[in-house]
Amino acid sequence: MAFLETKHVAVRGMSACVPKNIEKNIDTYQKWGDYTKVRNLIGIDQRHVFIDGRCTSDLFYSAAEKLIEELGWSKDDIDAIVCVTQTPDFIQPPVACILQNRLGLKEDCFATDIPHGCSGWVYGLSILCSLMQNGSIKKGLLFSGDTASKVASPEDKTTLPLFGDAGTCTALEYTDEEASIKFALCTDGSGSDKIVIRDGGYRHPFNAHTLDMIDYGDGIVRNNNHIFMDGMSVFSFAISKAPKQIKDLVEKYSINQEEIDYYVLHQANLFMDEKIRRKMKLSHEKVLYCIEEFGNTSSGSIPLTLVSRAKEDLKNKHLKLIGSGFGVGLSWAAAYFETDHIVCPGVIEI
Amino acid sequence: MEIKEFIANFADQFDDTDANEFKAETVFKELDEWSSLIALSVIAMVDEEYNVTLKGDDIRNSNTIEDLFNAVKAKA
Repeated sequence: MAFLETKHVAVRGMSACVPKNIEKNIDTYQKWGDYTKVRNLIGIDQRHVFIDGRCTSDLFYSAAEKLIEELGWSKDDIDAIVCVTQTPDFIQPPVACILQNRLGLKEDCFATDIPHGCSGWVYGLSILCSLMQNGSIKKGLLFSGDTASKVASPEDKTTLPLFGDAGTCTALEYTDEEASIKFALCTDGSGSDKIVIRDGGYRHPFNAHTLDMIDYGDGIVRNNNHIFMDGMSVFSFAISKAPKQIKDLVEKYSINQEEIDYYVLHQANLFMDEKIRRKMKLSHEKVLYCIEEFGNTSSGSIPLTLVSRAKEDLKNKHLKLIGSGFGVGLSWAAAYFETDHIVCPGVIEI
Repeated sequence: MEIKEFIANFADQFDDTDANEFKAETVFKELDEWSSLIALSVIAMVDEEYNVTLKGDDIRNSNTIEDLFNAVKAKA
């Protein structure tokens, strides 16, 4: 396991942005039958989704504008931005470059994308904190999120009800204080075919047959530009790897679990997350959920959960937190971090 | 581990199927109620009861409940 500890980088603020447009799963699922049983398992009532062509960078932009304003930061002081997304506006250029310009950030600004999904917020945090911890870069913004609804086939009952759109912004600042953040980061590329969009990269370029809708039976009709997910394999991966990784992180850094205010799991689906919670013997109060309102928002889900469910605590308390993301790659990552009276404008709708 | 107990645990994941339908030789994927969601429940049950992580392929490659039992037993 790759462990990492960064120091002198503190979380100063966190914001999230979702589309105003809502799709109710009870309506979405109607063509496949009764949603009640499925609802009980996946735990999703509705999802915020773009239907007007807006993109990931639009979510990132609005999340950042509000956060920068409330932080009272000067845009000229922002030295680095990192965008974690698998649904960039374009194949090229990076979203981070588009955003640097749109936000009006200075030219001498580090900007890069990280193409990760559900583990992406933790991965992005590990990378930006590593970059900032020697003090050359004082202020940085970590963006994470996806327009995940756009990758699901409208005729695939196994993925359409799951995915929502969200973009988040986490503000980081170099500090003389210790401000330690501790990470455990893992990869199993043998599972790279378990969650995959087959066409559109350069292994299988977009071609004349990419958009052919193929009926796989049992309510699954999709094309090769839609997401394929082997739900059973992903489930068994997550329930075995995520709890073990958190346990390893806690043991490695002698973290006192009694002191953890919240565990924030990637909002994959309720059944999976509850299984992880029970396996770790955590009480309901310690594990936050926002999946019922937003669905699975990929790398946006950990900050979105915090911003939507613990806004007042983030603003008014010193919190000790563990975040855990797991999914496409297969990739999984956990972090122990603290927040101390941070700026949190809440969830913005656009 | 006993197959009788495994069949009972397997049957517990279903709501509407008659308990008599579950036998070692039952081809579980042909049960009306079988679905990908029940498959997740079975994986979770095996993890909880037997401390074994079944993979998607273990379910896909099993036809009968006994096949699945053997897959679990091999990993236990």
